[in-house]
Amino acid sequence: MSDKPVRGSLIGDGLAQVGALALFLLQVLAALPRSLRHFTETIRQIFFVGAMSLIIIMTCGLFIGLVLGLQLYEVLSRFGSTASVGTVVAIALYRELGPVVTALLFAGRAGTSITAEIGLMRATDQLAAMEMMAVDPLAYVVAPRFLAGIIAMPLLASIFNALAIFGAHLVAVSWLGLDNGTFWSNMTGAVDVWTDVMNGVWKSAVFGGVVTLVATFQGYSTAPTSEGVAYATTRTVVYSSILTLAIDFLMTAFLM
Amino acid sequence: MTQRRSHQIGTGLFIVLGFTALGYLATQTTSLANYRQGPTYALKARFTNVGQLKLRAPVKIAGVRIGSVSDIQLEPDRLEALVTLAIDKRYDQLPDDSAAAVFTSGLLGDQYVALKPGGSPDMFKHGDEIILTQSSMQLEELIGKYLVGSGDSQTRKPAAEESPATPESANH
Amino acid sequence: MNADSASSTDALVRIRGLRTRLGAKVIFDGVDLDIPRGRITAIMGPSGTGKTTLLRHMTGQLVPDAGEIVVDGQNLAQLDRNGLFDLRERIGYLFQNSALLTDFSVFENVAFPLRQHARLPEELIRNIVLLKLQAVGLRGAADLMPAELSGGMARRVALARAIVRDPMLLIYDEPFVGLDPIALNQVLKLIRVLNATLGLTSIVVAHELSAVSRVADQIYLIAAGKIAAHGQPQELVRGETDWTRQFFGGEADGPVPFHYPARDYAADLGFTKGRA
Repeated sequence: MSDKPVRGSLIGDGLAQVGALALFLLQVLAALPRSLRHFTETIRQIFFVGAMSLIIIMTCGLFIGLVLGLQLYEVLSRFGSTASVGTVVAIALYRELGPVVTALLFAGRAGTSITAEIGLMRATDQLAAMEMMAVDPLAYVVAPRFLAGIIAMPLLASIFNALAIFGAHLVAVSWLGLDNGTFWSNMTGAVDVWTDVMNGVWKSAVFGGVVTLVATFQGYSTAPTSEGVAYATTRTVVYSSILTLAIDFLMTAFLM
Repeated sequence: MTQRRSHQIGTGLFIVLGFTALGYLATQTTSLANYRQGPTYALKARFTNVGQLKLRAPVKIAGVRIGSVSDIQLEPDRLEALVTLAIDKRYDQLPDDSAAAVFTSGLLGDQYVALKPGGSPDMFKHGDEIILTQSSMQLEELIGKYLVGSGDSQTRKPAAEESPATPESANH
Repeated sequence: MNADSASSTDALVRIRGLRTRLGAKVIFDGVDLDIPRGRITAIMGPSGTGKTTLLRHMTGQLVPDAGEIVVDGQNLAQLDRNGLFDLRERIGYLFQNSALLTDFSVFENVAFPLRQHARLPEELIRNIVLLKLQAVGLRGAADLMPAELSGGMARRVALARAIVRDPMLLIYDEPFVGLDPIALNQVLKLIRVLNATLGLTSIVVAHELSAVSRVADQIYLIAAGKIAAHGQPQELVRGETDWTRQFFGGEADGPVPFHYPARDYAADLGFTKGRA
């Protein structure tokens, strides 16, 4: 028709997206209390976003640990401080790599499937059908996934970290011959529960919320066509990755 | 129904696995691992200078952790640091002429107490004092000693002053 | 077939002066419409006249620009979200593409409204669901997943879901699209039987005249944003206006033009006046 969509600037589009996302967040938060009635649905979603992401998270965690062990052993041996391999691996994982890499993997694995699923529910009128059955899709569909992301992500990041530590230990101790006691005692001497481990947990909980919020928003507001769902899935990965890293910077800069 | 049940079981397993991993990371790979110990016995040691030694710093023999520093105090009369070490009960076969030294892990790392086993047939008991001690090597002192030592190789005075209790172990 | 309910002449749904525009397109320009209780009312019209939009107005999914919609004595404009949800609990809605929840089995799909709104013992839920599935002839398919159903079966499951809470109003959005003759007859039979046995009021949106004339008590024909014709099927088929003649007589050209509005043909081909 005559009224073409107003094609604003890149910044304008971005701002509009952020604004729409923020409004969506408020709606989801408002729907959270009502979603507690559907708590079995939240449990089901923890299974889908959490348990189903385990394999990729564990595999990638192991490989990240192996690589970190190799790289750090090589670099730190130049300074004669290979004893710190365990410490550096642990701190890097707990504070940054664990939460961030898990969030990016989560966006690719669970985020896309959430978007595709909700997009398909939109395209096949399932969301409208819920509205007509007097069930609020925000409370029944969106909020449980949002909650599940917040609950599942710190657990996934912890599993990722554990596997990565195992991988680094495998390389540094079993393969390259670093002393086992040195590896652990340096780590336990330098890593703190609250400033390192729990910081990572808070971060990953926030990232879990961010990724599932973007994923559900993209699915919820997609054009109800197969093309629209495909685009929405791509946007989920792009936007949630950017948002995750940006929020990571803000949290690191202001909260730690 | 059965499908719902299998989801609940899977979710439960996932949550248990996640919290196990988190609990492991939090207690076994952080300084929390140093708090939680089995039964220990105490040994005392006097140092003229403990440097940057902190509470809960490890006590090691041959690089293996056997305990931790449980107390650091200044002895008012002798003006020396009295350090109490909590040694794991498993390691109760330490000869009573073993020597204690404050070392630095790596060039700039944290400091710890290293024990060098002696040859005595008698073992340390709870509350014993380690007689042979060597104080922390301060980087500044080392540099100063190196500069002075390069000018006058005869001068042993700073090293001798540093650990009067164990003059023989000053040049480790 | 509506002998007992025909006496109640008051309208379950009353629409007065409905005006809607979506974007620049005027969908409704003053529509007045009454859905009598206990009857089957068909709403027909060419594609794109906003039949589905009208249904969305009636259920409060879409707010019109102007006009009054009263459902069972309640003015939709004055209802808040909870009031709207309470009203919708008494409306069954059959979506064009069935809209079954893909994650759930047939049984769980039909049980869904019960589980969401009533704390019933599991045994009672089971009995109600099997009863409704039996009514649509699919009790044996209770354990299938929606992906395993044919289009006709999916629509009957959706119908069982729509009636599981015994609604007062049942809305069918294009119930005949894409059905083979057997499935079509099954759905037609269900619409008739359900309306008679459950004491429902039914609204059927469709454009298959032969099918509609077999179930509907009255027909509204919507075209160009207005009610173009209204009456019993036999009257409308006689075709006394341009609209009814084209729509029910199946003529390719008429009030709904064959050609999409375009510039002058000759000008589009490059033959400008005065140059040729």
